[in-house]
Amino acid sequence: MKPALFDFAVAQSLSDAQSALLGGQNKLVSGNQSLGPMLNLRLTRPAGLIDISRLPELRNIEEFEDRVRFGAAITHAEIEDGEFPDPTGHWMRDAAANIAYRAVRNRGTIGGSLAHADPAADWVIVMTGLCATAIILGPEDNTPPRSLPMEDFFTGPYSTDLGPDDILAAVDVPIPGQGARWAYWKYTRQVGEFAKASATILIDPAHNRTRIAIGALGRQPALLSNPEAVLDGKQSPIEALSEAIPDQPANALNLHAVALSRALEQIKESKEFSA
Amino acid sequence: MLLCSAIFNDLKEQYGALQTRFTAPIPIIQGDVFLGRNGKVDMSNDPDVKERETGIGARLIRKEDDRYLNGKGRYIADMRMTGMLELAFLRSPLAHAKIISQTKPEQSDNRVFLGRDLEGVSGIRAVSGLPGFRPSTQPILADEKVRHVGEPIAACLADSRAKAEDLAEKIDVVFDELPAVHDMTKARDKESPLLHEDWEENSFLESNADINFEAAIAEADVIIKRSFKTARQCMAPIEGRGLIAVWDRNLELLTLYSATQMPHIVRTGLADCLNMDHGQIRVVAPDVGGGFGYKGILLAEEVCACFLAMKLDRPIRWIEDRREHLIAGANCREHSYEITGYAKADGELLAVDCTAIVDSGAYSSYPFSACLEAAQVASILPGPYVMKGFRCKTWSVATNKPPILPFRGVARTGVCFALEVLLDGIARELKITPEAIRARNLVQPEQMPFTNITNKFFDSGDYPEALKRAVAAIDMEGIRAEQKSQTGRTRIGVGLSIFCEQGAHGTSVYHGWGIPMVPGFEQATARLTPDGGLELRVGVHSHGQSLETTLAQIANSEIGIDPEKIKLVHGDTASTPYSTGTWGSRCIVMAGGAVGSACELLGERVRKIAGHLMQADPADIKLEGGMASAGSSTISIEEVARTWYLKPQLLPDDVDPRGLDVVAGYKTTKDTGTFSYACHAVKVEVDMDLGHVRLLDYVIIEDAGTMINPMVVDGQVYGGAAQGIGTALFEEMCFDASGQPLASTLADYHLPLASDLPNIRIEHMETPSPLSRFGQKGIGESGAIGPPAAIANAVNDALSFIGAEVAEVPMTPERVLSAIAQAEFSKTTEGDVA
Repeated sequence: MKPALFDFAVAQSLSDAQSALLGGQNKLVSGNQSLGPMLNLRLTRPAGLIDISRLPELRNIEEFEDRVRFGAAITHAEIEDGEFPDPTGHWMRDAAANIAYRAVRNRGTIGGSLAHADPAADWVIVMTGLCATAIILGPEDNTPPRSLPMEDFFTGPYSTDLGPDDILAAVDVPIPGQGARWAYWKYTRQVGEFAKASATILIDPAHNRTRIAIGALGRQPALLSNPEAVLDGKQSPIEALSEAIPDQPANALNLHAVALSRALEQIKESKEFSA
Repeated sequence: MLLCSAIFNDLKEQYGALQTRFTAPIPIIQGDVFLGRNGKVDMSNDPDVKERETGIGARLIRKEDDRYLNGKGRYIADMRMTGMLELAFLRSPLAHAKIISQTKPEQSDNRVFLGRDLEGVSGIRAVSGLPGFRPSTQPILADEKVRHVGEPIAACLADSRAKAEDLAEKIDVVFDELPAVHDMTKARDKESPLLHEDWEENSFLESNADINFEAAIAEADVIIKRSFKTARQCMAPIEGRGLIAVWDRNLELLTLYSATQMPHIVRTGLADCLNMDHGQIRVVAPDVGGGFGYKGILLAEEVCACFLAMKLDRPIRWIEDRREHLIAGANCREHSYEITGYAKADGELLAVDCTAIVDSGAYSSYPFSACLEAAQVASILPGPYVMKGFRCKTWSVATNKPPILPFRGVARTGVCFALEVLLDGIARELKITPEAIRARNLVQPEQMPFTNITNKFFDSGDYPEALKRAVAAIDMEGIRAEQKSQTGRTRIGVGLSIFCEQGAHGTSVYHGWGIPMVPGFEQATARLTPDGGLELRVGVHSHGQSLETTLAQIANSEIGIDPEKIKLVHGDTASTPYSTGTWGSRCIVMAGGAVGSACELLGERVRKIAGHLMQADPADIKLEGGMASAGSSTISIEEVARTWYLKPQLLPDDVDPRGLDVVAGYKTTKDTGTFSYACHAVKVEVDMDLGHVRLLDYVIIEDAGTMINPMVVDGQVYGGAAQGIGTALFEEMCFDASGQPLASTLADYHLPLASDLPNIRIEHMETPSPLSRFGQKGIGESGAIGPPAAIANAVNDALSFIGAEVAEVPMTPERVLSAIAQAEFSKTTEGDVA
């Protein structure tokens, strides 16, 4: 199938893109890896597409003392290839390298993936698991961008806190503390698939952060309320998940528990972070 | 090797005069190494091999590689014509409904067409002569009733596909939805709504076979019963269907360019549906990107586009997109089996009893009909096994799904799965090994040629040897030792399957099915050009079979012209002899045989002229390396050709006036088909927590008879095996209860990927067929037959320690986990009872 008729414009500046969004008829597009198929199947019919993939403001990174800010239009492949410094050592690079397949990674962007909020997407769980923060530009000029932790940014399947005129401009990734450890395990039956189940574990004693995220739930990732209990072996994965995601059917619960178990095995083998 | 030639000599005695040209034992090819008669690798001094560098048996690089591998192919979607309109179809959103009304958008004259606009056009009918067959008529554009999602309702034309789709959206159709038939096992129930109202039940055909069944089971020590299912699949060639229809006012000729496997049959079908003479229709198949059976039918879309091209006098193009392929195109493979095996305690298989249903979908497709697959089940289920009794009942049922087609392997993939998994079930019950039960029951080489219980004539082969080699190659002993030390929830298993592939079966077999198309003599034209080149013309068409190379190799062996100077003309009804086309693993046997016959006759005429020019006896002349030579005299074939065409004053007075242009017809010495065969062996790892199956090692022992080009045989086997692995693990088109297909993109319909495939190891045996001209056997489908059975047996072997068995393909994680859960549950309950 071919898309229904739409206008196409390349934004010359962020404010260009912002004014094109007003009125709610147009959609932003960057890598076009999720939107493209939906356009072709005529599942979405925006009046116009505003290409933001080449805006310099969205193609930058900014390094702060405690975090690195990734512009939304940075591609998975650029992260995979280490064209931008990975604040986590190699955790982001490893995650990027297993997103879909290379053709998708060449075009797909981190911001596009987060804004699309596919429940099974890699960045959705990985950014949540790494305690990242969304940087959002509102429609008003001269208003500073607002920051929102990932767990609040995602509000449901394919839905986020972004208002109709908001732009996800960047994502802030915290630099882990000395000795931090990380695991990310996902089950895909075939290369290129979205995950059927996934889990991340972050242990960052220097910042007093311990986080276990469970992904591919058909909605936003779930965070375990007491990750230490699972890490200490006081609670089994299945017990923890029965508490955290009681709405999931038994088969799915088992599958997510396997994902968590595999992530737990992985973290035992993981190397400690050093800056 | 000796074994092969020994069998061959036996056969020679039995059959007397054989068509074959071979006097020397046939070399065996193993992997990439060319092993000769003495097992030598370097064959440069062997005269037999020298002869084979470009001829039969040579591993010749394909002539078509430059075109295919360098992006120079020309497919339908690459072609444009002046004034061309793009065609898009409005397709049914419902599986079963009456059409109450259809309203065209305003100002759409000559751009939107409904069924009622197709004046003088008939629907597609493929009637089988088998008694009790219920015929269906497939409308070109449905206007009274729709019978599956995706059925074309309206044709929309515009200068771009997107605009044509815009038009399709604006057509208003009012439906009265009917309950859908989506489950083949319930299709014949009284409550099921009828797809075709004049039928008594939703069944195209019922068939029954009973051969000595009751008597055979009297001595049975074990009776093992199983239920199996194979999923409905899409055939997913890389290139979908596509066509351009053009009306040429000057020639008064309709030309249909179509991605088809069988241009001549499409022409005959079009002539019927459009009520035109054959002489007014030309069908051209350009490069075709894979077919597998999907491109072996006449499409309603083809008929519709042809009508529109003539009506509007403009070229009309339709390119099937992936969504149309998945939801509207013909499907394959959906079988259901209730099967029981009867055996003696020593493993002797006494009889098999089976009830099988094939979900044939809504219509009987032209030309293969809706019944070929189920009728085949009843005749091929016993495979290469000796048994005393056999009973089989089959139904080809009608459901609200797209029609089913014979896909690579046709019914063999399903029956091989059912029988081979059943055999392992019997072996486990009897506590004998899978290889032992097979060795006990396989046809033995000394029984060849062998007529099996369903009267299938096995031409040659050594099945136990293939089994033995597979067991050794997969290292069965090593795997068994490894299994003993395994604990935990990741287990390895090993599985076997062995089967035959009937290819190039002809008149007597297809006349029996009674379908609209029965293959007879296959013809080829061989024509020498004035510069000593050779043109071959055949009516079969390549959709990836490498015919441009293999047929040139055959011609090279016959007439000594360099394959570089041989041009294959195919895929055009205007320039090739009539043929039923490319299907049923028939090309290398039938078209290869016809090319051999035509070149042999052409060679005689060349010898006669050369003899005159050299003052030699034509009988003494050899044709080799582009030269005609007798003793020390030689003359180039080019000079002979030049003499016939441009210097006729030099020709002998009694020269054959038919010249250097020969049409020959060919049939195998017996038209029951060649039987190639293979044994697959696979080692798997099953993750019992995820239900994930990983293929660790895969071995195929394959016997294609004489190989014309071993690399091409390997290619066929690899490609087929990848598709078979798709059937085993991934591919499934699901439908919900209202008949809605549940996959409409390749994100949901899972094809096997390169990363899913193990490094498949192929070993060849080479037992010539006594029936074919060069001993070659059809091999195109074999690879796709064995994997579901072998992999299921391996998974069940891995899980045998808890007694779990999968009985349905694809073996998705969900199905594997459910088999494990069932076994663990019944273990727990048994424990409770104890």
